[in-house]
Amino acid sequence: MTDNPNPLPSIIPEKDWKKIQRMLSKRSLWMIHFCTGCGAMEMPPTMTSRYDMERFGIIPMATPRQADLLLVTGYVAVKTLKRIVRVYEQMQDPKYVISFGSCPINGGLYWDSYNTIKRLDKYIPVDLYIAGCMPRPEAIMDAFLKLMKDIDEGRADGWLRYRKYYDKYRANQMRVFKRWDE
Amino acid sequence: MSIVNILIQSTLVALYLFLAICIGLLFMGIARKVTARIQNRVGPPIYQNFIDVGKLLAKKTNIKHNWIFDFAPLFALAGVLLALAYLPMGGYKMLSGTGDLILLLYIIAIPALGFALGSGASANPNAGVGVMRALTLMLSYEMPFLLVLLALMIFYNTASLSTLLEKQMSFAWGIVALPISALAADIALQGMMMEKPFDIPIAPHEIASGPLVEFGGKYLGMLMLYSAGSVVLETTLFVDLFLGGGVVLNPATYGVVAYVVNYLVWFALIFVVWMIAVFINAVFPRFRIEQAFKFYWKWPTVIAAIGLAQAYIMSVFLGVIP
Repeated sequence: MTDNPNPLPSIIPEKDWKKIQRMLSKRSLWMIHFCTGCGAMEMPPTMTSRYDMERFGIIPMATPRQADLLLVTGYVAVKTLKRIVRVYEQMQDPKYVISFGSCPINGGLYWDSYNTIKRLDKYIPVDLYIAGCMPRPEAIMDAFLKLMKDIDEGRADGWLRYRKYYDKYRANQMRVFKRWDE
Repeated sequence: MSIVNILIQSTLVALYLFLAICIGLLFMGIARKVTARIQNRVGPPIYQNFIDVGKLLAKKTNIKHNWIFDFAPLFALAGVLLALAYLPMGGYKMLSGTGDLILLLYIIAIPALGFALGSGASANPNAGVGVMRALTLMLSYEMPFLLVLLALMIFYNTASLSTLLEKQMSFAWGIVALPISALAADIALQGMMMEKPFDIPIAPHEIASGPLVEFGGKYLGMLMLYSAGSVVLETTLFVDLFLGGGVVLNPATYGVVAYVVNYLVWFALIFVVWMIAVFINAVFPRFRIEQAFKFYWKWPTVIAAIGLAQAYIMSVFLGVIP
């Protein structure tokens, strides 16, 4: 992390300021869900009246610019990965990533596919994995609560890792993409 | 006017505008809670929108397009604050002039145009579609709304907002004297607030929230304050025109007590107007833009024309002069 170019007036110390920011951002996670696989099916019951995630302040947003939380819901093909990286880089810091199901963890069902990446964590920093094929809405709600707790304690620092190790993440991405413009 | 007076006056103005923005955020939170209860959900707490604005303003922002894009949220927020300063909130009026009802029509367009300017500058096709829809919608609802204003001006024989409030207090509220015009104005208000049958410009599922598509972080925080201000602006406009602006006690005779009571009554009235809009919003699907245009130029315009005829007949032929 570099120094803040616009330091706040010293009425609130930097440490307390960051604590306030984390407190606010955990209660209002705006998410964009990138429907790559079967996990997108589990989102409607989580949003609507059965499990109602809006009571924690989590609402779906339409564009990555407005969102804080990226949900990668299923297996990631190489072609999809490029879009996921683009969406992730368009989001504003601080930003968080949750990945669904076994496929982004180790390839899952697609462990021997020529076209699917096996570990999402090598390409973008993932804050939380939900295991299972597929995770039920209860598991998703549990993951949201865990993420809120992590943010409050400052452990969800994927966006800081992405800044710090940007070259290494970019090198990993370029190994599968070959080129950006196709 | 001494410097102390000016200081007191400007503090009061700042307090009123700050309270208006806070009320707008609270109203948006209440709307989310009410909508959630209608849909059989629990819903967020009513202070959720304060958290959202705080989070957005605390976010890092690295969106670069051009200076018009940077300027637009400020333009929108400043425009809505200026329009709020011209509207009497609970009888207290910060800026005034003769014929300000007509001036207000122009000022209300400023924030929306600033917003359109900024989203157009982002060069996103979704934003372009959204801006086009917003301007078409504006063209649609202004037709009945102008007829309604004409009816009010003919009946109360004034184009000044403070005179209109005085006459409504001494004679009768606009909604009692001109109920047909009030109905047309409420339908126009639904489009002005972009609530559900007419939320065509910001349709999140079709055009990715339209003009808002490129705004994020601090920009979006400013725009959220702008939309909070415009909630208060539009409900207050209806209350001032038809519900006497919440003025029940005359400040000339009762002093400070009158200001406090009027403010509370005004708050209750804009809450009622906002709740009507929220209830309609919660149960309706969305029109297409050409359907909205046809609807506005057909039904509310006919209703407003009948209201205009009623106002003319009452004031010219029956001699009812407030």
